[in-house]
Amino acid sequence: MEMLITRKAEFSASHRCYNPQLSEEANRALYGESADSHGHGHNYVLEVTLAGDPDPVTGMIFDLKRLKEIINREVVDPMDHRYLNFEVKPFDKVIPTPENIAREVWNRLEPQLRLSNAKLHTVRLYETDDLYVDYSGESV
Amino acid sequence: MTRLTRRYEFSASHRLHSASMTEQENAELYGKCNNPFGHGHNYVLEVAVRGPVDSESGRVISIGELDTYVHREIISHFDHKDMNSDVPDFADLVPTSENLSVVVEKRLRRQWSDSFRTATLDAVRVQETKRNLFELRDL
Repeated sequence: MEMLITRKAEFSASHRCYNPQLSEEANRALYGESADSHGHGHNYVLEVTLAGDPDPVTGMIFDLKRLKEIINREVVDPMDHRYLNFEVKPFDKVIPTPENIAREVWNRLEPQLRLSNAKLHTVRLYETDDLYVDYSGESV
Repeated sequence: MTRLTRRYEFSASHRLHSASMTEQENAELYGKCNNPFGHGHNYVLEVAVRGPVDSESGRVISIGELDTYVHREIISHFDHKDMNSDVPDFADLVPTSENLSVVVEKRLRRQWSDSFRTATLDAVRVQETKRNLFELRDL
């Protein structure tokens, strides 16, 4: 049986979902209010889940202090209180839907965990209480 | 894999009572839920879908279209209804949340492929109270 451990983090950021290749009407139909020109914000809640076996010496799958530092350095510090489209790459080119943010978070965290015994299992990103996205890499 | 989950609510009443058991057996099995007058819950429904992220829209599914679909297929039939009397699926089926999850999944499935081409229904979760959560997954 696989053992999973999850760490939660929060960041507040603004975004706008708008594809310049599509018409105003198409953007409006696709993204609704999220296409409004000045953007808007969310309190994003991030859940990072690792899979692994507890180390026989420490009893831990992964040092959660280190995980917190990695999440803060790679995700929270660069994204918190930022306008994602303007201030955080690759969202100058990639539309910051929760699907794409979850994948970007995965891409930032996964390389940081490669040398440990734990594997990144899932990144869950809540945009609101009523909408969240799970991303577990492309191979699954 | 990318999975997107959307949360909905509906308020409905039900009574747990099985015609194949005696009054006493029903009372023992279902307890308060067997109250002849029924009772209600604010149900929370989570619908999870999985699929590729469309490169143009950055989305697994159109949230607007999913909302319209779930309202049409589920919420409009369940919200402020008595499931035993108003929802035909429960004419001969006890509306436990286990059965409710199965009925919701069946109803979501009916027109799904006509409405969504690339997104697959991945899981249905029904929360009856904060302490009871029922899940059908990997559908």
